Amino acid sequence: MKTFFTLLLREIKSFFYSPIAYVVLFYFLFLSGYNFYMQINLMNGFPTEITVVQAFFAPAIFWFPFVLSFPLITMRTYSEEFRMGTFETLTTAPVKDSQVVLAKFFGVLFFYSILWAPSLASFAIFERISGHSATNATGAYYGTYLLLFLVGSLYSAIGCLSSALTKDQINAATISFTTITLLLFVGFLPEVLNISAPAVKDLFSYISTIQHMQDFSKGVIDSRSIVWYTSMTALVLFLNFQVFQYRKWKS
Amino acid sequence: MIKVENLTKRYAGFTAIRDLNFEVAQGEIVGFLGPNGAGKSTTMKILTSYLPPTSGSATIAGFDIFTESLKARKHLGYLPENTPLYTDMRVSEYLRYRASLKGVSSGKIRQAVGDVLELCNLRDVERKIIGSLSKGYRQRVGLADALVHDPDLLILDEPTIGLDPNQIRQVRQLIKNLGGQRTVLISTHILPEVEIMCSRVIVIHKGTIRASDTPENLLKNHRAAGRMRIEAHNAPNGRELLSQIPGVKEVTEEILETSSVFQMKLDANADPCADALRLASQHHWEIREITRRRPTLEDVFVELTHEDN
Repeated sequence: MKTFFTLLLREIKSFFYSPIAYVVLFYFLFLSGYNFYMQINLMNGFPTEITVVQAFFAPAIFWFPFVLSFPLITMRTYSEEFRMGTFETLTTAPVKDSQVVLAKFFGVLFFYSILWAPSLASFAIFERISGHSATNATGAYYGTYLLLFLVGSLYSAIGCLSSALTKDQINAATISFTTITLLLFVGFLPEVLNISAPAVKDLFSYISTIQHMQDFSKGVIDSRSIVWYTSMTALVLFLNFQVFQYRKWKS
Repeated sequence: MIKVENLTKRYAGFTAIRDLNFEVAQGEIVGFLGPNGAGKSTTMKILTSYLPPTSGSATIAGFDIFTESLKARKHLGYLPENTPLYTDMRVSEYLRYRASLKGVSSGKIRQAVGDVLELCNLRDVERKIIGSLSKGYRQRVGLADALVHDPDLLILDEPTIGLDPNQIRQVRQLIKNLGGQRTVLISTHILPEVEIMCSRVIVIHKGTIRASDTPENLLKNHRAAGRMRIEAHNAPNGRELLSQIPGVKEVTEEILETSSVFQMKLDANADPCADALRLASQHHWEIREITRRRPTLEDVFVELTHEDN
């Protein structure tokens, strides 16, 4: 356990030692602030049925930076170690492979959580200034941030897996960006294709992150989605573990 | 401390090491010698559980490196080739991290790190960022990292590569002081060091062990010859006469302006100096210079690992 926390602390520190963390933080906060401003502006003009929270998490200007942040923060997790050769010193220390994989994953997840903490502040400010609630039920806050956490864990796991697959950071970023975008795109398909078959529609709505966000930001917390994300995250982490061992053994 | 049995490592179409068998007892400093590509690094990587062997087994402090890898790794400190380090951390920070990772209890970390900083002469750079250090310092940080958890066994892969002579001396002295309490397995090309530091030498070539003995025995038992060089004036039949001395294998003559140079290859234990001088006085040669070159480990090395073998 102590080894796990040592590794985790090192991962978190190494994020903040590299300039990429600050660049991503800045870019993310800037875009999310701009998104917030734009949504409020749009809603200012007309009466609308959706809440501020729903509006914030719906448009592409939220999803695109969201998806892009994962490759950026995960691309160096394993690739850098392979390149620098410290993979060897890491695996010849008395640490278990599972501890390394989990520490890297939770390190990324921790940093991702820091990316999201300030957005709570925007909603709080809105409530302070306008006197209205940013959402129609407090459940919506829990729902939204729970979903963000779940989606974040899945996408972080995918990012870590991509990094473990290659020595080159750009390759890692490309693989994870493509995979995450495809996964997200599946959510857009029903709207684009106009599918009528109910079974297919059900399938898409089950795995569509966009749909999940629409539900959760209303306050509808669907346990099927929770199961989907946690089981997929577990699967991807398992693959990550296998790839890690494979890379260790093949060299 | 180390026991290797029939260790083999095969890659597709290429066998890196084949049926290696050797042992290293506690307290020994053993030199692992061989040309590039002989299999030294591969063997070390297998011993440190970085690579799995294709067949055979090895144990460190009684723990099998494959089935009880975690326990085996706790007993060893490893310095890989090219000393990989985290260049974004400070020296003491990195050593504290490694100490914690290797299971040094939290109360003792400060002490342990302080000790290795003193041992490896890193006090003046302890707050510096590793990325800004020179190669010599980085090597020492790597060595400090290998030592920080006070391991019984040290495995060092070419620890003096790229260092200047002063630094090499320091590292050499450090390693020499470590033996006795600890066991050290060190791979190197630098033969004079081996003679100074190691109690035993294992020569490996193309994946198999060619010799395993103390440096003195290797020099004694090997056909690797010593040489003698005599520069003499007025020695017309020097070549035939010198060849007849017992222990002299071969004499070549080089005729210069005012003298001849005789290069003699000798048997391992031969010492024909007295005989040569007697011949010289008998036949009135004017000896200008006699040089004796004792066989060195390099001669043994070259002979054992020559391409023809």
